[in-house]
Amino acid sequence: MDTLLNNLDVFVDGFTLTLQVFLWSALFALFLGTIVGAMRVSPVGPMRWVGTGYVNLVRNTPLTLLMFFFAFGYPKLDLPNVSYTTLAIFALGLYTATYVAETLRAGINTVPLGQAEAARAIGLTFGQSMSHILMPQAFRAVIPPMMSVFIALLKNTTVAAGFSVAEAGYIRASLSERGEPAIVVLLWVALFFILLVAVLSFVQRMLENRLKVLR
Amino acid sequence: MSNVLFDAPGPRARVRHRYIGAVTLLVVLAIFGFILYRFIATDQFTAQKWNIFTVPYAQGKIVEATLATLKAFGLAAVLSLTLGLLLMVGRVSKHKWISAPTYIFVELFRAVPLLILIMIMYYGLPPLGYTFVTPFIAVVTGLTLYNGSVLSEVFRAGIESLPKGQAEAAYAIGMTKTQVMRMILLPQALRAMAPVIVSQLVVVLKDTALGFIVTFQELLYLAKSYGTQVQLGSPIIPSTIVVAAIYISLCLLLAGLAKFIEVRTKRGPAKNIRAQQLVNEAA
Repeated sequence: MDTLLNNLDVFVDGFTLTLQVFLWSALFALFLGTIVGAMRVSPVGPMRWVGTGYVNLVRNTPLTLLMFFFAFGYPKLDLPNVSYTTLAIFALGLYTATYVAETLRAGINTVPLGQAEAARAIGLTFGQSMSHILMPQAFRAVIPPMMSVFIALLKNTTVAAGFSVAEAGYIRASLSERGEPAIVVLLWVALFFILLVAVLSFVQRMLENRLKVLR
Repeated sequence: MSNVLFDAPGPRARVRHRYIGAVTLLVVLAIFGFILYRFIATDQFTAQKWNIFTVPYAQGKIVEATLATLKAFGLAAVLSLTLGLLLMVGRVSKHKWISAPTYIFVELFRAVPLLILIMIMYYGLPPLGYTFVTPFIAVVTGLTLYNGSVLSEVFRAGIESLPKGQAEAAYAIGMTKTQVMRMILLPQALRAMAPVIVSQLVVVLKDTALGFIVTFQELLYLAKSYGTQVQLGSPIIPSTIVVAAIYISLCLLLAGLAKFIEVRTKRGPAKNIRAQQLVNEAA
């Protein structure tokens, strides 16, 4: 307990940065993932190829490798100077976007074809059938798995600690200078992650029950 | 082709699609071109920076590092499959005193970030006297605890997806609990879950890269040590490209296997949504 209370500043700073990295990379992943997901279900061939290629390539790349490239490779390219935190957000966003895209695609695929045909048959336009028939159903199917993706993202933010981002995974390194026992510090960090994940899982379960579609 | 989102395109839509397709390809080419241009502009493709990869000694080191990665992956894969099976059996047990602790174990290890687990092993244990913990042991143990917990949930999802009649019929003909699990439920569940299990193994393979952060001497570690050689012109980008090619092709091979099994067993993804969600949460 002393380890936590004496170093509360480091813990609070660490987890604040973790949550910031989490939120920004979630937004970026949602934005990019929606584009990629839309490309993967688009009627235009090249768009599908690009979407599929991106998902297959990045999904099979270790996140650590992506971060490695951004942290060590990017500064060599004479591009605008960006902080390690921003680079980590980029890497996390690029990585998570593939999972967001796949989740969206799977959600759209759960809507039976008959729904679209019926909407068409009663004379709804493309926009109307999208906004009144298809998207509400796909949205319901997408929310719970999307929460899983964000839970994974939250846990993945710790990887940034290996690349000079002083977030929660880095607390051990900062506190080893103050001579705190590593095991105690790490167990506290683990406990806070368990709590954060529990909160997200709770929200997920709540949404799942509220949005359940009986077919 | 017609699906939920759009009808089969007519002649005007086809023309429009061709234009959009061309624009997409141009944009992608532009992005690639820009990256390539930055690489060339900063002299990433000079012979000096790539020379090291022609030296047999350096090549041998790369093979060694790849084998280290594969060794960690192989061991962690076997151990986490075993742990997963054990945890699943504990989780579905009718005895509260077995299933409750297993439930807590699984949920805890699924919630803790893998890197934190590995750090607990690598930084936390040696000061307590467990000095035998090498980076290799830390990585394999972390991977096993984490993925074993995830896999146990995948197995469980597989067993719960089977019709109730399977177990009931087996009990009716007088099989014991162990027999029902071993001869009726597991074989069917494993077959149904095979693609998901292999996808989870891809996650294991990818996560061996986390070892880099705890100085496990695998591919990324080698890339860093080559990349920081100043007399070679600090070829960090060339060595990242080489290592990335190795990592990505290994993962693609394994992911291809998952796809192959999925096609072979002809189970639609719909049945495995819960299990796929588990894998997504672990990736």
